[in-house]
Amino acid sequence: MLLTSMRVSRAEFEAGTGWALKPEGACRGDICIPLADQPGDRVDVAALAPQLGMPLVSSEDGTLHALGPWSGSGRVLTSAEAPELELPRLDGTPFRLSSLRGTKVLLVAWAPY
Amino acid sequence: MWQELRTELHPRGLEIVTVGLDTLGAEACRPFIEAAAPDHPSVIDAHHAVAERFGVVNIPNGVWIDENGIIVRPAEVAPAPRRSERPGLGDVELPDRMVDIFTEAQKIRTDPAAYEAALRDWVERGADSPYALSPDEVVARSRPRDADRARGEAHFELATELERRGDHAGAVTHFREAHRLVPDNFSYRRQAWSLEPAVDGPLARFWQGPAPDDPDAWPYDGDWLSDVRQLGAENYYPTWQP
Repeated sequence: MLLTSMRVSRAEFEAGTGWALKPEGACRGDICIPLADQPGDRVDVAALAPQLGMPLVSSEDGTLHALGPWSGSGRVLTSAEAPELELPRLDGTPFRLSSLRGTKVLLVAWAPY
Repeated sequence: MWQELRTELHPRGLEIVTVGLDTLGAEACRPFIEAAAPDHPSVIDAHHAVAERFGVVNIPNGVWIDENGIIVRPAEVAPAPRRSERPGLGDVELPDRMVDIFTEAQKIRTDPAAYEAALRDWVERGADSPYALSPDEVVARSRPRDADRARGEAHFELATELERRGDHAGAVTHFREAHRLVPDNFSYRRQAWSLEPAVDGPLARFWQGPAPDDPDAWPYDGDWLSDVRQLGAENYYPTWQP
């Protein structure tokens, strides 16, 4: 998840990481990780990241950051539930993988190089 | 490359989503997508989100997801059906490096027929297909991820954004860290290599190595040719496991 600020809304945090912030902690699927403090409407990513074991890397000038994924299960997938994927089409309009619920999907990654 | 198959199988309940992994985004992907003229969604993944979310480490890679949004085959090599032609380089006379690259590429082994047969079997039989894996098997086959790898994935994402913002030197620094921490992600390498301005013209993105007139300027430890020769082209993809 890319960040220009260490403070984001709970909704942004969930959309960016797939982890929802609930009273019991940060939750994704069947996994909940307890947190030291209950986050308010705004989340302090610098405080949250170490509690979740998520890496935070920053540009040299400190203006851009990337919050990396959780690695607590030792695998990229923690369950077989397909994560949401929202990416733009050529015309810039957003596509959501969840919009194809009800159909079998083959997702194919390619590259123009 | 997938449109023909999609036309046939879409009425049987399959949709295809192609995901273009390129930091240069829509404009780089456009000629290829327009040549394919897909009816299916075709999206742009500038930061390689599918690597983080699904464990894609090379291309082409496929993920199968059933009607309930459950993954039944995690990211694996997914060779395109051998019917249509890739948009080619045209009648360009090839420099030695490109000849060498194509020579190595010829040794790369995939089995498009087996993959297509498995896909068709799943489309027909759904959960009864032996190719649809159990949730436990799906998770077990997904990429390992430890703290180092996760950090490398963050470096890669940062690198792609720095590149898009015009900080190429910053991008290279973080691409290098990503390569070091996630050594099995070949897309990470190819993406970074493809962004180096070694040569001009239609071969530029495929050169992925030192410039002939300034080889010492190459900022990476490996390049496409030396990495593939070291690995052995026959090991470029893991053997497909049904």
